[in-house]
Amino acid sequence: MNEELIIAGFGGQGVLSMGQILCYGGVMQNKEVSWFPSYGPEMRGGTANCTAIISDEKISSPIINTFDTAIVLNQPSMDKFEDAVKPGGMLIYEVNGMTRKPKRDDINICKIAAYDESIKMKNTKIFNMIVIGGFLKVKPILDIENVIKGLEKVLPERYHHLIPLNEEAIHKGIEIISYENKLN
Amino acid sequence: MKELRLMKGNEALAEAAIRAGADAYFGYPITPQSEVIEYLMAQNTEERTGMVVLQAESEVAAINMVYGAAGCGKKAITTSSSPGISLKQEGLSYIAGAELPCVVANIVRGGPGLGTIQPSQSDYLQAVKGGGHGDYKLIVLAPATVQETVDYVKLAFDLAFKYRNPVMILSDGIIGQMMEKVELFEQIPRSDKVYDWATTGKEPGKDHVIITSLQLQPENQEKVNLRLQAKYKEVEKNEVLYESYNIDDAEYVFVAFGSCGRITQKAMELARKKGYKVGQIRPQTLYPFPVEILSKLADKVKGFLTVEMNAGQMVEDVRLAVNGKKPVEYYGRFGGMIPSPEEILDAFEQKFIGG
Amino acid sequence: MIMAENLKNPENLVYEKTKVLTDRVLHYCPGCGHGTAHRMLAEAIDDLGIQEETIGVAPVGCSVLAYYYFDVDMTEAAHGRAPAVATGIKRVMPEKYVFTYQGDGDLAAIGTAETIHACNRGENILIVFVNNGIYGMTGGQMAPTTLENMKSTTSPRGRDVKTMGAPLKITELIAQLPGTYYVARHSVHTPANARKTKRALKKALEYQKEEKGTCFIEVVSNCPSNWKMTPVESNKWMEENMFPFYPLGDIKVPQ
Repeated sequence: MNEELIIAGFGGQGVLSMGQILCYGGVMQNKEVSWFPSYGPEMRGGTANCTAIISDEKISSPIINTFDTAIVLNQPSMDKFEDAVKPGGMLIYEVNGMTRKPKRDDINICKIAAYDESIKMKNTKIFNMIVIGGFLKVKPILDIENVIKGLEKVLPERYHHLIPLNEEAIHKGIEIISYENKLN
Repeated sequence: MKELRLMKGNEALAEAAIRAGADAYFGYPITPQSEVIEYLMAQNTEERTGMVVLQAESEVAAINMVYGAAGCGKKAITTSSSPGISLKQEGLSYIAGAELPCVVANIVRGGPGLGTIQPSQSDYLQAVKGGGHGDYKLIVLAPATVQETVDYVKLAFDLAFKYRNPVMILSDGIIGQMMEKVELFEQIPRSDKVYDWATTGKEPGKDHVIITSLQLQPENQEKVNLRLQAKYKEVEKNEVLYESYNIDDAEYVFVAFGSCGRITQKAMELARKKGYKVGQIRPQTLYPFPVEILSKLADKVKGFLTVEMNAGQMVEDVRLAVNGKKPVEYYGRFGGMIPSPEEILDAFEQKFIGG
Repeated sequence: MIMAENLKNPENLVYEKTKVLTDRVLHYCPGCGHGTAHRMLAEAIDDLGIQEETIGVAPVGCSVLAYYYFDVDMTEAAHGRAPAVATGIKRVMPEKYVFTYQGDGDLAAIGTAETIHACNRGENILIVFVNNGIYGMTGGQMAPTTLENMKSTTSPRGRDVKTMGAPLKITELIAQLPGTYYVARHSVHTPANARKTKRALKKALEYQKEEKGTCFIEVVSNCPSNWKMTPVESNKWMEENMFPFYPLGDIKVPQ
């Protein structure tokens, strides 16, 4: 298994921590991992992204230009990274705020209304965990329990009482993600 | 027991400094390495180990604080990124001239000038050829992973005190910013050893200690230079580190260091898949440079390709090592751009196989 | 009859060189204030009995070789960086007494940032600032403290404040900073003044023991060689021209 992933959206959507949680989940499952963020001025108020690699083997290059999966949480991110998905790969997009649908037909495309769901769950901060749940449904590369263990590492101790809510969010994501284009 | 963590390169570097028993860190914020001082401050090191952490008014002040602390025989470290490292060159020259131990990390970004905050290796020549004024060398370690960053902090202090010489960790924005699994070594207690060369207060009945890099008589300055050169010979003899991959049957050898070494490794694997017998040397010490292995390989391979995130700096040292025996080509991206394994392979095919 | 040997008898000894100065012959020009300023600082260290607990930092400038003369552990700093070097020393050896000894070019031009920030952090060190309004070591160029209309090799028609800036009263500036505890300006050109300087230096070192913050003592001094005067003339010129602009006395005293 070698999953090369990019997660992109607005700053504040929890993009960077999504990558970290998945990587820590990978560590818990004895995988090799690397995480690399966009950094600098583009972090401030603009778009943010991170690449995460989770692999059974040693990772030689942490910097990648094409991806097995792209998770895009806003239109600029879809515009930027749709073409970077490898043929046969996966694009997951959050429907809220998108002005167009993805154009590619040579990749799997999934949509998730995580933002609306987080409002229903009365906590928009768990938005990114819903997306993680959706991702793990269509790309079951890690066990949910290891991802939760990873979350415990990323989340400061004072927020640990929120872990059950986050777990619930993951399961909600598993439930609501749907295919828009599924390759055979 | 060793601890396994997922850590950002910059934070791991800071944690390693604490665990290496560092007595003092002096620094100034600059992207992409500000996490180092932020992490140290958050760790409350004064309480944890008694390590001093101070935000200086400039990189110039920071390296001079290091000079003062190093002169007391303490383990002192500073970190910065390219423009800030340029400012530290004066201090580094004084520290090398006064023969004091210290560790400096450069989390390199693209230049020249203010350049870019993205990763680069364009400070290679500055690092390995001394950097400031006068005949001196830094020992230069080039980590390719977060794990090596941690390990090299410890190694850097060991080498700094072994040779009483500044040691530079030449990293870059990729390794500084990326998170990887890392195994941390156990806390080394801070040392209270008193060195006879250090300013710790004059001992009764002994001469006072003077730390200086000034010699008014050229004869004496030449002696200092000869002593430094003899020291560097020892460093060259004892401290070369590199990793080699697939060199036994190699017809071509890629040479790349640091993060670029990892990307190049992927290119080497792609080349192997296409049937080319490519091996790789990844220098882990840039000074001393792995001259001997490259010179040996030059007798049996068809050519070398250096891959660098700069306009071709290490290629000069590879050419010196190969000494005209075989062609040495260069491929690189710069200004914060990062070469992909595929374009490295393309470059190799164009230069050596024929398009 | 008084013989030379008799003179050396302990009962005849009324004054001797402090042991905190080495026996090395000073390289300073005849009539220069550095020698006396060195001696006052060395005597202050001697009086307090802290020779073995003191670490000094020498600057770049005429007093670059101060490390040969003070018989305490000494470090030679790059030009202007002495307060940063002293910060590094003091932070890792807080129980030691740390001083810098700097001239006007070193402290008030190239080292302004290091000076102001060390003082602003209230580094628990003593800064001794010898101000003779000129770059002595490099041969008489204009210093930040060179007086208006004063001639130097880089202001041969006199310092024109319109193009060269006004002389910098850095000591007054330093006194504004909350980190400084005791700031004073003295001279060493008469025995009475030298004694005052020594008293100030001693007080400053005592404050350092009490961890009060930065103490900053300016010594207004002369430069017969580069002012192109005899020592006597230079002291007179200093009294008439330097003191009105750089008045002697306490500038900031503990409340």
